[in-house]
Amino acid sequence: MKKVVKDATEAIRGITDDMTLMLGGFGLCGIPENCISALVASDVKGLTCISNNAGVDDFGLGLLLKKHQIRKMISSYVGENAEFERQLLSGELEVELIPQGTLAERCRAGGAGIPAFFVPAGFGTEVAEGKEVREFNGKMHLLEKSLVADFAIVKAWKGDVYGNLIYRHTANNFNQAMAMAGKITIAEVEELVPAGSLDPDQIHTPGIFVQRIFQAEGLEKRIEFITTRS
Amino acid sequence: MALDKNGIARRIAQELKDGFYVNLGIGIPTLVANYIPEGMEVILQSENGLLGIGPFPVKGEEDPDLINAGKQTITYTKGAAFFDSSMSFAMIRGGHIDLTVLGAFEVSEKGDISSWKIPGKMVKGMGGAMDLVASAKNIIVAMNHTDPKGNSKLLKKCTLPLTGVGCVKRIVTDIAVVDVTSKGFKLIERAPGVSIEEIKSKTAGNLIIEGEIPEMQF
Repeated sequence: MKKVVKDATEAIRGITDDMTLMLGGFGLCGIPENCISALVASDVKGLTCISNNAGVDDFGLGLLLKKHQIRKMISSYVGENAEFERQLLSGELEVELIPQGTLAERCRAGGAGIPAFFVPAGFGTEVAEGKEVREFNGKMHLLEKSLVADFAIVKAWKGDVYGNLIYRHTANNFNQAMAMAGKITIAEVEELVPAGSLDPDQIHTPGIFVQRIFQAEGLEKRIEFITTRS
Repeated sequence: MALDKNGIARRIAQELKDGFYVNLGIGIPTLVANYIPEGMEVILQSENGLLGIGPFPVKGEEDPDLINAGKQTITYTKGAAFFDSSMSFAMIRGGHIDLTVLGAFEVSEKGDISSWKIPGKMVKGMGGAMDLVASAKNIIVAMNHTDPKGNSKLLKKCTLPLTGVGCVKRIVTDIAVVDVTSKGFKLIERAPGVSIEEIKSKTAGNLIIEGEIPEMQF
């Protein structure tokens, strides 16, 4: 079993135009920085990116947006990304906005082999358009379909050579659900360790979900809003 | 006198009860955390994956792996728990959150809320707001009574794309506390020194006024 690859460039091999990608992270927290840089350098285009946000104008997925490598975004939140909002309003970018919990569950369900499920979020709103509505326990629910991606790209704190992953603090966010839902899942990790170095009781993502893993280099881990006690 | 955003947050903090698990939205709702009464234990949930939000960090101790749903650096309390997004929304969707406080562009007298999009002008996205309003047991909206142009934000019917229908229970604004009832808005309290006439004139939806309307107490 060989899951360890040299770097991001090797990890994203096989990602071609018009593919669907999932990218973990919330804002700039827990995003796969190395892989995003490699995608920017690769000039791959026409991508559908499933990611809660789209980075900021000059970091994270914002870099791919700026180079118009993304055809469609599937996200829950645009705010604070001027270029994302501009491309959305001008129609240059196709955008599907979905409630955050529904997005997370659609990824998790995709990885778990559940094709669709009912949730109350979005009933009576434009999110419900075209979706089957059904009442359960006196409350209206929408039928939501699960999501899978050609490649899921996640960022973890620690990972071992078998692809077992541990996330840190709120940098877990969408990474855990998305790691399950890639036909190929790439994990970039802050610390790649030998088998047996991680406590099996503490694993968030069991290695079965991960096909490629590499030691990240030069992570900036930029903070979007530094807020301190006054 | 109308309240500022800290005043609104302070009034909302009076709705908290010991042992509550609470989700605070971005903006004014976040400020509620500053006014949790002494000795009361309230656990704050952040939908990006934390139960037990602590104060903002001291300068130099910001951690890029530790942010709130507004993407600000935070700390975590003793006894906190981290988890992934699908687990986070299992808590929300499963009805385990006692109180949700969020901002809004508009609220209707039926309890509908608009908060995520102004067609052609601005799209913020719904983030977790649609999940929260569809499932929270109790939803309080924190907002100003009117928009910057003076138009009422408490309407007969929302004009902007909806975030949820029939879900808002209470609205705390800069001038009033208003409940959503089956007959429309009901005035509960007024901000200190604000007249009933002023609240009436700034409320476009049907406003029920019954008996003496007390001033908010701080």
